[in-house]
Amino acid sequence: MKAMNETRITFLSRSANEGFARSAVAAFISQLDPAVDQLSDIRVALSEAVTNCIVHAYPDSIGTITVTVRLYEDGKVVIKVRDKGRGIPDIAQAMEPMYTTGGEDRSGLGFLVMETFVDKLRVRSKVGSGTTVTLEKYIHLRQTDKPV
Amino acid sequence: MDVKFERQDKTLTVFLRGEIDHHAAGGLREQIDGAVVSSGVSCLILDFSEVSFMDSSGIGLILGRYKRMCARGGRLQVCGVNARYLAMMKMAGMEKLGILYTEESATNESDE
Repeated sequence: MKAMNETRITFLSRSANEGFARSAVAAFISQLDPAVDQLSDIRVALSEAVTNCIVHAYPDSIGTITVTVRLYEDGKVVIKVRDKGRGIPDIAQAMEPMYTTGGEDRSGLGFLVMETFVDKLRVRSKVGSGTTVTLEKYIHLRQTDKPV
Repeated sequence: MDVKFERQDKTLTVFLRGEIDHHAAGGLREQIDGAVVSSGVSCLILDFSEVSFMDSSGIGLILGRYKRMCARGGRLQVCGVNARYLAMMKMAGMEKLGILYTEESATNESDE
């Protein structure tokens, strides 16, 4: 199925952009008229993915993060968060709840939160090349069974 | 993200307002830890009722403050949490840590 709408935003891995990414993605998805709860779910999941890039992909430098959002007529939203950072050597380990290589106050819950608040989570990574996190969530369109 | 402190005897209540993400958490950590040390309180209450957004950085903030209060022989309480934040706290196993939490804001207790 072809996406009916799509956006791609690229920004530097500065923490000040976490809020910007959430707002930009929420603004784009609002054309589907999502329920507040579902939009909140997406904002949280997206925030986790972007934060991971900032904290882990580029720990000692500033790199770029690209967020692509695709909207489908059946209410499916697919968000890809991609970085060209150091990559994850062991994805399964990274996704274990409470596991973190971050510093103080990092809870290690990012992936668990993402999994909980979206319908599908995929992580692809290559050490030295970067990581792509794909979040998929079905928005329940307000008018049941009618495409937007 | 803005913060308001209210001190009563040995209790310091921190009223958090706005969005708590990784960007905000660093500054919050310093402000809260500084206030606890300078006030010497033994009970820290974090009030989330005016928090409009939180991701797992907020959970890390809570856990970090919990560890510090325990290290000082004090305790931590969290209030004003909605169902979403509660779900995240449970993911971190906070119930097992014995951190008290309620949905009511701390201000309800002082409105008498």
